[in-house]
Amino acid sequence: MKPSSVDYRNVVAALVVVGLLALPLFSQLTGNFFVLTLFTRIVIFSLAAVSLNLIMGYGGMMSFGHAAYLGIGGYAVGILAAEGIGSGFIQWPVALAASALFALVIGALSLRTRGVYFIMITLAFAQMAYYVASGLSRYGGDDGLTIYKRSGFAGLINLSNRVEFYYLCLFCLFGGVFLVWRIVNSRFGLVVQGLRSNEQRMQAIGFPAKRYQLVCFVISGTMCGLAGALLANNTDFISPAVMYWTRSGDLMVMVILGGMGSLFGPVVGAIVYLVLEEFLSQVTEYWAMIMGPLLLLIVLFGRGGILGLIGSFSRD
Amino acid sequence: MTEALLRIENLIKRFGGIVATDNLSLDVAPDELHAIIGPNGAGKTTLISQLIGQLRPSAGTIRFAGEDITYLPAWKRSHLGLARSFQITSLLRDFTAADNVAMAAQARDGHSFRFFGNARKEMGLREAALAALARVGLADRANVMVSRLSHGEQRELELAVALATKPRLLLLDEPMAGLGATESARMVRLLADLRKEVTIVLVEHDMNAVFALADRITVLVYGRVIASDVPAAIRVNEEVRRAYLGDQHVVTRHG
Repeated sequence: MKPSSVDYRNVVAALVVVGLLALPLFSQLTGNFFVLTLFTRIVIFSLAAVSLNLIMGYGGMMSFGHAAYLGIGGYAVGILAAEGIGSGFIQWPVALAASALFALVIGALSLRTRGVYFIMITLAFAQMAYYVASGLSRYGGDDGLTIYKRSGFAGLINLSNRVEFYYLCLFCLFGGVFLVWRIVNSRFGLVVQGLRSNEQRMQAIGFPAKRYQLVCFVISGTMCGLAGALLANNTDFISPAVMYWTRSGDLMVMVILGGMGSLFGPVVGAIVYLVLEEFLSQVTEYWAMIMGPLLLLIVLFGRGGILGLIGSFSRD
Repeated sequence: MTEALLRIENLIKRFGGIVATDNLSLDVAPDELHAIIGPNGAGKTTLISQLIGQLRPSAGTIRFAGEDITYLPAWKRSHLGLARSFQITSLLRDFTAADNVAMAAQARDGHSFRFFGNARKEMGLREAALAALARVGLADRANVMVSRLSHGEQRELELAVALATKPRLLLLDEPMAGLGATESARMVRLLADLRKEVTIVLVEHDMNAVFALADRITVLVYGRVIASDVPAAIRVNEEVRRAYLGDQHVVTRHG
C-alpha cells in the first residue's frame, strides 16, 4: 500500500483506542476524576451503540427499542442484588440470558414486519418493558432501585475501584467491537448484510432471511444487555427511565452520528454525543437547541456520519 | 416420454377480479430450452413469480422433479435446484460482483451460521465465484462494485449468480431487457452455450432470441396457454398470429 493512501478512519479509530486506554493515566496525573466518571459512562453507552449498529448499520433492522436491553440487563443485576445474590458470576449470565430471551421473543414477532412497522413494533415492546418495570413495586417501581453493592467477582476484580471498573467496561467494549468485526466479515455477517441490501435476491439464492436476522437480533440484544449490567453497576441504581424510548433514540443518534455500518462509528458517535451533551448542558439548559442543528448538519452532509466524513477526505 | 422436470397443472392466480394465471398447465422437459412468450400483460412475470415462490397460487399445483413445490418458500426451492434471474436487475448493489456470486455459492454450501472466519478469504467460495463470473465473461470485473457495472454487465452478473447456485432449472425473466444490439447478441451466445448444461425456461420479448434458442415455445395470452409447440409450428399458428395482432410481423419476420 502506498503511504499516501492512508485511511483517516483507521487513524481516528487508533486514536480513540489509545485515548481510551490512556484515560485513567491522564485522570490520575491531572487529578481530574470527573473525566474518568464521564468516560466510564461513555464507554458503556458505546458498547450499547456498537450492539445497535450490528442490527441497524449492518443488518438494516431499525430497532427503536434498544434501550430495553439496557434496562433488562440492569434490572437483572439490581433485582438479584436486592434478593441477596451479589455474585457477578450469577448476575451477569442472568442479565445476558434475560436480554437474549427478550430479543428472541420480540425479534421473532417484530421481524414479521418491515420498515416503519418494524420501528414501531420494537418501540412498542420497549415501552411495554418500561411500563412493566414501572409496575415492579417490590423493586422500586417508578422511583427505581438502588443497588447497594456492586457485582462481586470473588476478588478477581473490584468493581468499586474506579480504574478497575473503567478497564472492565473498556474490555467489554473492545470485546464487543472485536466480536462485531469478526461477525460482519464471516459467512453469517455477509448473509445479514446481503439481506439488508436485497432480501428478495437473498431468498432467491436460498437463504431463509428471518432466521439469520433473528440470530443477529439476539446477538445484538445480548451485547446490549451486558452494557445494561455495566450501567447498573456504574450508577449503583436502575430505574425504568433507562428503558424510556428517548434513550433508544439517543442510542440511534449515537450510531447515526458516528457512522452506521462502520466498526468504530458508534464509539465515535457515543463519545461526541455524550461529551457534547455534558458540556453544552453546563453552558445552557437548552443544550438540545445546539445539538439538534449539529445533528442535522452531520446527517445532511455526511451520510456515513462523522467517520463517513473523515473517510471521504482520505480518498486518493 | 421422459418425466417432466417442471410440471404445472391447472395453475390459477387471481388478483381480486383479475385472473392473471388462468388454469394454466405446462410441462418443461429435462434439458430443453422452453421459451414463454406473450403480449404485455399476458401474465408471464406472474407465472415466474409463482414458480419461484414469490406469489402464492390461488389454485393448482407446481411440481419440480416430481416434488410438489406449490407452497414451498422461495429459499427452499432454490435448494432443490430452481434458480431465477430477475426481470429488473436485482443484485446486492453495495457488494462487488465476486461477492454477489460467492454469496450464491455460500448458499449452496450448508448453513451460514458461521460467525468467525473471514468469508471473503475462503478459497472455495472465491474460486466458485470466479468460475461463474468467467462463465459469463465477467472475470476481469470481479472486484468492481455492482453499482459501478454497466447495465449489460449487471444482466450477465444476474446469470452468474443464478449459475453459482448450481441449478437444475434456470428461470430467466427477460434476460435481454434493456440490452443494446451487441450486448443482446452476446447474451444469446451465452444462453446458447448454457442450454447444453442446464434446463432453461426463458421469458423474453426479443423474438430474435426466442426463435434462435428455443426447443419449444409456449404462448400465453391473458394468463392462458394458447399454444405450446416447436418454434416452426408456433410461427405458423393462426391463433398466435391473431393474439399478437399488429405484432404478428414480429413473429414471422425472422425465419
